[in-house]
Amino acid sequence: MDLWDIFDTEWVPVGDWVDGALQWIVTNFRFIFQAIKVPFDIVLSALENGLTGAPDLLMLAIIVLIAWQAGGRKLAVVSCASMLAIGLMGAWEESMVTLSIVLTCVIFCSLIGIPLGIMAARNDRFWMVLRPFLDLMQTIPSFVYLVPIVMLFSIGNVSGVIVTFIYALPPVVRLTNLGIRQVRPDMVEAARAFGASRKQALYKVELPLAMPTIMAGVNQTIMMALSMVVVASMISVTGLGQMVLRGIGRLDMGLATVGGLGIVFLAIVIDRVSQSFGISARDRGHKKWYETGPVGLVRSFVKKG
Amino acid sequence: MGCRCGNRGQLIPLKASDALRLGASRCDERSIMSEVEIDCRNVWKIYGPQADKALAAIRADNLSKEEVRDRFDCVLGVRDASFSVAKGEIFCIMGLSGSGKSTLVRHINRLIEPTAGEIHVAGKRVDTMDEPTLRQLRAETIGMVFQHMALWPHRTLAENVAFGLEVRDVPLGKRRAAAERALESMELQGWEDHYPDQLSGGMQQRVGLARALAADPDILLMDEPFSALDPLIRRQLQDQFLELSKKVKKTTVFITHDLDEAIRMGDHIAIMNDGEIVQTGTPEQIVLNPVDAYVAEFVKGISRVSLVRAEAIMAPMDGRAATSKTVPLGSELGDIMDQFMTDQAPVTVVTSEGGAVGHITITDALRALRG
Repeated sequence: MDLWDIFDTEWVPVGDWVDGALQWIVTNFRFIFQAIKVPFDIVLSALENGLTGAPDLLMLAIIVLIAWQAGGRKLAVVSCASMLAIGLMGAWEESMVTLSIVLTCVIFCSLIGIPLGIMAARNDRFWMVLRPFLDLMQTIPSFVYLVPIVMLFSIGNVSGVIVTFIYALPPVVRLTNLGIRQVRPDMVEAARAFGASRKQALYKVELPLAMPTIMAGVNQTIMMALSMVVVASMISVTGLGQMVLRGIGRLDMGLATVGGLGIVFLAIVIDRVSQSFGISARDRGHKKWYETGPVGLVRSFVKKG
Repeated sequence: MGCRCGNRGQLIPLKASDALRLGASRCDERSIMSEVEIDCRNVWKIYGPQADKALAAIRADNLSKEEVRDRFDCVLGVRDASFSVAKGEIFCIMGLSGSGKSTLVRHINRLIEPTAGEIHVAGKRVDTMDEPTLRQLRAETIGMVFQHMALWPHRTLAENVAFGLEVRDVPLGKRRAAAERALESMELQGWEDHYPDQLSGGMQQRVGLARALAADPDILLMDEPFSALDPLIRRQLQDQFLELSKKVKKTTVFITHDLDEAIRMGDHIAIMNDGEIVQTGTPEQIVLNPVDAYVAEFVKGISRVSLVRAEAIMAPMDGRAATSKTVPLGSELGDIMDQFMTDQAPVTVVTSEGGAVGHITITDALRALRG
């Protein structure tokens, strides 16, 4: 034993252990992971087929209308310009694939993250257990779990969604937890004092009051999902990320730039639209959502006619 | 109606004759032996994981708040509190912040679970009640008003006010009607579809009151409802509430840190210190006979001019002849002082039939004024 270079020897073979464990899981439990894939697969295929299958101009119109409803006319103009730019650069198809991956990811992150956040806000012990996992998910380099994900889930867009899901889940859990904890205690106490059950207090008081914070978490999740698309393209996920990766691989600066710009424009649109969803009714001057935007316009026409 | 003073087994029985002597004019509009609506018996609240052990130790060794904290890491919130509130009266619980008054009032609708003791509300036992019955009691029998209003900012005033009905699945039309009625009783008609942040503080607390009244409960719990308001608005709301209270006769438990307010509002007052009720009685009893230095300190600054009445300071006639100056039974000290403006001869207290019942010298009056 050489004391001078004592750490040249691998005393604790963590790498070997992980290798062994992974091999064992893959040979014995792969079917479980294939089953986990199913719901992701269903949602992703539906969205992808819908978004890429629809006529380009119809999709553009829908996106602009949603932006108008969510954030007013200015946002509609910005969204229209951004999406037009993507289309004119010839990255429309790829951007729709990326959008469907991001949307699938957000759906599952919200579906799982918001209930986790609520439970964490109500139970300190659960939050203490959950927090290190969230830290791990956010800080561990995604390249590290790319390989096991491929071995367990194989390659393709669905595996891309799962990788992205792991990376993008923490903010929505954290901010849901924070949002619920920040609700003034006397607001909840008042609900209880007037006979609300815990569930009623949650749905009628806590969640609505925490909603702006929860939506900030969803927005963060969306942005993190979008930032994963290039990394995910390494396990043969298609879309804008793959354009960038292929461009780098072939030293095709043009292709990489088109993919990169596409990601930026798409990010602008999704970020602004999802942020507008999070603005509370109070800050909008107490107007219901259906009293503004295109829906409000249609409603006022219908009323007049 | 027994007003028990919980600590050290002291008992201040308030017999009908006492009430007549000490606070006749306050009590006469309500029947003196009326039924008890809220009855708390030996309620304890100890916060901390070892609450039960701490309670046993306190009972055995009569530990102080600090000893409990040091030995069991428990916080003593309420210590052996007993009081009863008669139907229709306003019962004030007065104490400084941290004295446990807000904790105590939350035992009545069990927003806080007692560590020990019995709580009876409207003939039902609250401390052992199951969850659905408790929720029904809260929604239908007990209305509550909070210090910082606690109106929900995402709901319109109508939605705020009708919340208690909404959680009991009352149909929308009925809810709306009840909300409109409650808001109107607080002079807020026309504001139904506005949001709390569009209102001033005083208006917000009126919404808080309307919310408490919407389900037409028999009992109101008011946790420092006017403390956060400026003095003028506070006075205005106190008057509005007293007027309303005269009309609808709700049994009210009113928390305050201000003895002036307690005296203004309360038919009876309980004074709390460090989680204990140190004295319970009518405003007159508290001001004229403070049980200890702590209560005396509070009472010091209170003006007695409109609080002390002839019957409290008069001496028996004992065969003395009636003087030419007379005041009726129940006269306030202020009116008696007026009689001494011209000369210092004693005043005779007479009943409404004209019979002389008491005798007050200027010394009696001055002593009463000084306290």
